[in-house]
Amino acid sequence: MTATLGHSSILLAFLIALSGIVMPFIAARTGEDRYLSIARYAILGQFALVTFAAFALIYGLISTDFSIKYVAFNTTRATPIYYRVTGLWGALEGSLLLWEWVLIIFAGITAWIYRDRHRDMMPWVIMIFSIVSAFFLGVIGFLSNPFETMSPVPLDGRGLNPLLEDANMMTHPPLLYTGFVGLTVPFAFAMAALIVGKLDEAWILSTRRWTIIAWFFLTAGNLVGAWWSYHVLGWGGYWAWDPVENAAFMPWLPATAFLHSIQVQERRRMLKVWNLSLIIVAFSLTIFGTFLTRSGILSSIHAFSSGPVGGFFLGFLAFILVGSFGLLAYRADLLKEQPELDSMVSRESAFVLNNIVLVSALFTIFLGTIFPLLSEAVAGVQVSVGAPYFNSVTVPLFLFLVFLMAMGPMIAWRRASWDNLKRNFLWPAAAALLLGLGLFIWKVREFLPLLGFTLLAFVAFTILYDTALALRARRRIAGEGILRGLISLARRNQRRYGGLTVHLGVVLIIMGIAGSMSYSIEREATMALKQQLQVGNYQIQFEGLKGSRQPTHFRVEGAFRVFHNGKNEGILNPALKFFPTQQSPIGRAVHQSSLSEDIYLILSGFSDLDRNQATLKVLVRPLVIWMWIGGFVIALGTLICIAPIGKPVQQES
Amino acid sequence: MPWRRLAIALLIIAPVLALLAFGFTRDARYITSPLIAKPAAPFTITQFDGRKLTLDDLRGKAVFLNFWASWCPPCRAEAKDLEVAWQQAKDKNMVFLGVALQDTDQNSLEFLKEFNVTYPNGKDESGKIAVDYGTWGIPESFFIDPQGRITYKHVGGIRAALVITKLEEAAKGIVSAQEGKGDYQPIR
Repeated sequence: MTATLGHSSILLAFLIALSGIVMPFIAARTGEDRYLSIARYAILGQFALVTFAAFALIYGLISTDFSIKYVAFNTTRATPIYYRVTGLWGALEGSLLLWEWVLIIFAGITAWIYRDRHRDMMPWVIMIFSIVSAFFLGVIGFLSNPFETMSPVPLDGRGLNPLLEDANMMTHPPLLYTGFVGLTVPFAFAMAALIVGKLDEAWILSTRRWTIIAWFFLTAGNLVGAWWSYHVLGWGGYWAWDPVENAAFMPWLPATAFLHSIQVQERRRMLKVWNLSLIIVAFSLTIFGTFLTRSGILSSIHAFSSGPVGGFFLGFLAFILVGSFGLLAYRADLLKEQPELDSMVSRESAFVLNNIVLVSALFTIFLGTIFPLLSEAVAGVQVSVGAPYFNSVTVPLFLFLVFLMAMGPMIAWRRASWDNLKRNFLWPAAAALLLGLGLFIWKVREFLPLLGFTLLAFVAFTILYDTALALRARRRIAGEGILRGLISLARRNQRRYGGLTVHLGVVLIIMGIAGSMSYSIEREATMALKQQLQVGNYQIQFEGLKGSRQPTHFRVEGAFRVFHNGKNEGILNPALKFFPTQQSPIGRAVHQSSLSEDIYLILSGFSDLDRNQATLKVLVRPLVIWMWIGGFVIALGTLICIAPIGKPVQQES
Repeated sequence: MPWRRLAIALLIIAPVLALLAFGFTRDARYITSPLIAKPAAPFTITQFDGRKLTLDDLRGKAVFLNFWASWCPPCRAEAKDLEVAWQQAKDKNMVFLGVALQDTDQNSLEFLKEFNVTYPNGKDESGKIAVDYGTWGIPESFFIDPQGRITYKHVGGIRAALVITKLEEAAKGIVSAQEGKGDYQPIR
């Protein structure tokens, strides 16, 4: 019953989506508004039906209705209720439904907010949404049906992949999907602008907030993914340059480039074709990511089930790329007459450089990701490139990006004067160099980390220095203290101070990455009871093993006392979880974080015969915690950018 | 004029799409096993009847080693064929050994009962045997010659006739140049 209702509402939504594609054409041709309102209702109808279908599947999962194959494969009677709900995105069919659900929510909000604005573009925006929605509904309805039934009905289900039994699985996929889907909004407006031929800045201004929101969710989704990998997968790392991780990261690069380059278009009417291309690429990459994940054409540690959907995603990707670049080529004549850069030393050139670096990073990561395919097509041998390739090509690019992050926000538009440079950069640069020197004397002797930390300090100092100057001005004008001054600065220029806060967050994240990449210590040893292991400033003492039966698995837990510089810091319990349907046990690593470093314990083995012995892997990873703190700072910055706290004042230049 | 730009765009897009489409013609996880013609990794397995069996004990016989699970449809499909082959081979200095993967004991035993399997079967408790043999899809079968070398590997369902042929080759120490492939189920 649940299955039938769910599936029929998907099919009905598919039909409605088709009408949402056709109606804007009729509306444009006849000029009659009622067709347009039909298109709008089509979005509303899809929203209602898809929401209903999503709840039907959630209901099926919660009530463990094993007549639905998806439920049987992703829950068991023993699964706790919250993991039953997250089973919605535990496998392919449900994830597609979640994607479609988020998409149609975005479409609905967009259609509602702009119901009285952009009367020329809105029909086409709705059409683009309907095309994307119809594609997903078609895939869900006909190829990869989450409501497929099973007979005979099994007594119990097979259960979620145990790795997904983690609190972050509640957040990681929905965040990432929201980021992916959020990019559909600027993409739809860009396409509408191309179709109508209205290629001024209107589409960019209207979608700026959307792009920021999508960008934030992409960032958060990737960070939570890294966090999940760090604390669940139990290998002590947070990023492995796996194809699926790359797929999630790649859209972030053109989206970031886009956020910067649209400012150049806003101010200087430049880079029109470039901006359109960036948003097309960013949106295409979200589809490409799903294609990559679901087609199984590359081997990945993320073992997703593959099925017939890969081919359809490729077809859709081809349609998007050819269609949108075709439109762009068709409108090329309207996109000419761009003024040129006045000077290489100017904010627009900093932004252009930032774009070049981001796109180069995208290109190298894309190349590395599909390299196994490329090598097999060309040379007949499958060669994959691993983390060393990605690290060695992206680290210099990202370091340059950090440098630009310091220059971009402070340098003048059009042509920077010597005075402008000196005023904004002299003191921060001097302070950063001093700090670099200090680090060198202290213990940082390798070139890349030293350069990295110095550049990061440069960015942070430019931001702090600039804000300090502005605060001094506020005190002089309005007599405001530091806190009041900060608030009124943020309210007067949300975009600037929001953006700077985001930059500070990025600085913290890169600091965490740089620290943990360059200065981790790792040791593995088999320990007898009460034996101690020295790792960095830590001593680890083995206190014994114990086993316990959990609802879905058997758990073996080790007790290890941690001493930091001789001080007892308590006991950590890394564990191994044995699931009956899993070939190998799943580790549950534990870590203790401090602002300077994490100590990370992995129980890597024990003997069945001797309970007084265990093999332990210990990692000391400096500065990791700053990545997660940076994530919160980015969230704060995003909030400052988009929150309705603005104060209508004349721009202070 | 737009056509020229469109052509340029297509020139960039088309090869990328073609490359991705090419991806469908191959199986990314299917990598030729380096184990063929190499000594088979030793292991000890506890059979479902509780007795222990070590690969070394089977030296001097041609061995058919089969990885399976009760939840895997292609394993079901081949189960009858394997038993048929066993009936033909059991008196010829040949041994069959089934290894259950990622399965519960109860389901494994029901499976063995359902297909009247009479050759020795055990369970890969820690998954170590499957790792040693590089198993990525089941059923997966290995043929081992009397000297303990792997002579042939077959991923996916296998037919009785092929089992007998390859076992006879293994008995003579003939190493196959290529792996075989049938319908298989990926493992996690």
